Amino acid sequence: MTELKLYQIGTFAAGNRLLDPADRTEQSNIGRTNSITSGHRACRGCGEALAARVVLDAAMRASDGRMVTVNATGCLEVFSTPYPESAWRVPWLHSLFGNAAAVASGVAASLRAQGRGDVRVVAQAGDGGTVDIGMGCLSGMFERDDDVFFICYDNQGYMNTGVQRSGATPAAASTATTRPVGSRIGNAFGTGKSLPVIAMAHQIPYVATATVADLHDLERKVTTAMGIHGSRYLHVLVPCPLGWGTDSADTVRVARLATESGFFPVFEARDGEVTGVHRIRRQVPVEDYLRLQTRFAHLFGDPGRPDVVERLQRQADRSIAHFGLLEGGQP
Amino acid sequence: MLRQIEGSRAVAETVARCRPDVVAAYPISPQTHIVEALSDLVALGRAGSCEFLMVESEFGALSACIGASAAGGRAYTATASQGLLFMAEALPNASGLRLPIVMTVANRALGAPINIWNDHSDAMSQRDAGWIQLFASSNQEAVDLHVQAFAVAEALHVPVMVNMDGFVLTHAMEPIDVPEQDQVDALVPPFRPLHVLDPEHPVTIGAMVGPEAFTEVKYLETRRHLAALDVVRDAAARFEQVVGRRSGGLVSTYRAEDADIVLVGLGSLLGTAADVVDELRDAGLAVGVVGVTCFRPWPFDAVRDALAGKERVVVLNRAVSVGLGSTLGSMVGTDVRLTLGGTPVTVHDVVAGLGGRPVTRDLIRRLFEDAAAGDLSDRELVFADLDEGLAQRELAREEFLS
Repeated sequence: MTELKLYQIGTFAAGNRLLDPADRTEQSNIGRTNSITSGHRACRGCGEALAARVVLDAAMRASDGRMVTVNATGCLEVFSTPYPESAWRVPWLHSLFGNAAAVASGVAASLRAQGRGDVRVVAQAGDGGTVDIGMGCLSGMFERDDDVFFICYDNQGYMNTGVQRSGATPAAASTATTRPVGSRIGNAFGTGKSLPVIAMAHQIPYVATATVADLHDLERKVTTAMGIHGSRYLHVLVPCPLGWGTDSADTVRVARLATESGFFPVFEARDGEVTGVHRIRRQVPVEDYLRLQTRFAHLFGDPGRPDVVERLQRQADRSIAHFGLLEGGQP
Repeated sequence: MLRQIEGSRAVAETVARCRPDVVAAYPISPQTHIVEALSDLVALGRAGSCEFLMVESEFGALSACIGASAAGGRAYTATASQGLLFMAEALPNASGLRLPIVMTVANRALGAPINIWNDHSDAMSQRDAGWIQLFASSNQEAVDLHVQAFAVAEALHVPVMVNMDGFVLTHAMEPIDVPEQDQVDALVPPFRPLHVLDPEHPVTIGAMVGPEAFTEVKYLETRRHLAALDVVRDAAARFEQVVGRRSGGLVSTYRAEDADIVLVGLGSLLGTAADVVDELRDAGLAVGVVGVTCFRPWPFDAVRDALAGKERVVVLNRAVSVGLGSTLGSMVGTDVRLTLGGTPVTVHDVVAGLGGRPVTRDLIRRLFEDAAAGDLSDRELVFADLDEGLAQRELAREEFLS
């Protein structure tokens, strides 16, 4: 879906210097906001901190600095605002865990009522604050089509409280509450909760997924979303070295394998219809993605669980078929 | 101008005249008529540029008000009973963030068993949430308290809950005066937020505070609440100046100055109690009434001044603190005992009027007479309107089944 075929320069890396200045990322702009600035307390290799910086700087560019943010409780809130410090260089409000969407709706309504409707509202939450405890308020915000851009940084678990399972935790993953002990292979195989698809069912103007592996794509989607009014939803996969058991140098690599294996489909949708997908050039086996993460280590011990790996592979294959992710395939 | 109008409708019109920027609400009996009327007023353009958000839950309603207030707008919501509990997580959040939201609670019992009728369990359950709590004794006072509530809240940057008895007040039609727009404007100046989400001046609101400063935040909150007593009293005085009507304040008294026995209560039962006082005074019994208008912060001095030197005080609660009731008394009773500590006043803790059971003149008369005759316990909680037969039958059945 990335319009710029960056891999033509032989790398997935941003490659800004090879692009026309107008096509370069906001992160390459020395005048960027640095919306979340250095000195915060995120872990080394934190995918969420990386995504938040990219998302908010792009949103600040798109809104010409006329923007306020609302943040759910979670890692992002905790590591950025230990009183009396704050890492935020944008107006920032934190209320509770489950109410970011409703708070943001209230902010947007208030700004409109005061004649300050030009100020845009961006809300941020982790997967817990989005797909679990925050889902009621978020669904209400979608249903009313409130003028809020809501971003979920999905690290697939309650990492802030010590890596417990969330509704976004993938099947078979080991967490503090789904340990592979007894007959269990980790998190249960359920139907999985896809908030992007649930968001699409609300027929809101814009829904997209992205990862920290393709920052051009991430920025472009933020810019697109900020150019639209009404409820918009962006779901960003953000690897968590602590919770996933990945090397902190592998955050981007793991995110890319999630995409290239088809395990995490990257797409965008308008008014409930998929309008574009990130095509996989060379499909990689899900095993390549899983093996980098100790939360799946129990699948690869001796004797291991090749049957479970196979089930996960089938999940990825279904996702590839459903979204038409393979290059040359139907969208 | 007096108009024959429903209490809820009058409150809605009053709130609209307070020029809110955002009204966010979720329907629950007996609050519905208030938000229905506000929805009409907003749709008809009779609430200025106010935005009306019909949210998906009470938690969403108060959360939207938190956002609206932090963005510099005047925010209002209304709820009752389970709805108040469903927004409970957001209550101390709003007060901790110092957002002067005003909320009406159409007081109703808490389930189980589910019961939609009036008592004060809902408001009492949120006693310690850091909100100022005012109780209206009549629909006229409910209207007047809403104007004062916005003034008090925004002067202190503390949220205010206005309690009015569900159905008894909310659904009663009677002659009510809704203050004129110019009067309201004089009493409720434009909102000046303490801190606001503004791209020109980015601030961080809602940071995480650890053990090194949390106690101090709470200490300051406590001080602010105690200082609020003066602000609540001043708001009532200012209201009387502008509108010409005595309303609100900390406590109300009725023939209490020279009374030997005083009934203390909150809400709409105060009118009934005043009628009974007139009857009993005619019969030669020196009785009076003290109504607590401002329940939180607790008006320690005002209550003590009103009750000091009395022979007996009968505290009539429309809520029960299960597990506390017997000796120390229930919630208001506890406050009264604390207030009168070290004085020889005898305090009777009485629970009545739960789940919509009417607090009648007969009941109040009996309480006064029993107290006068020394027949009212001051050692254990009195369930004054208990159906003994029903309770005993159920106890016998439980014993039989066990």
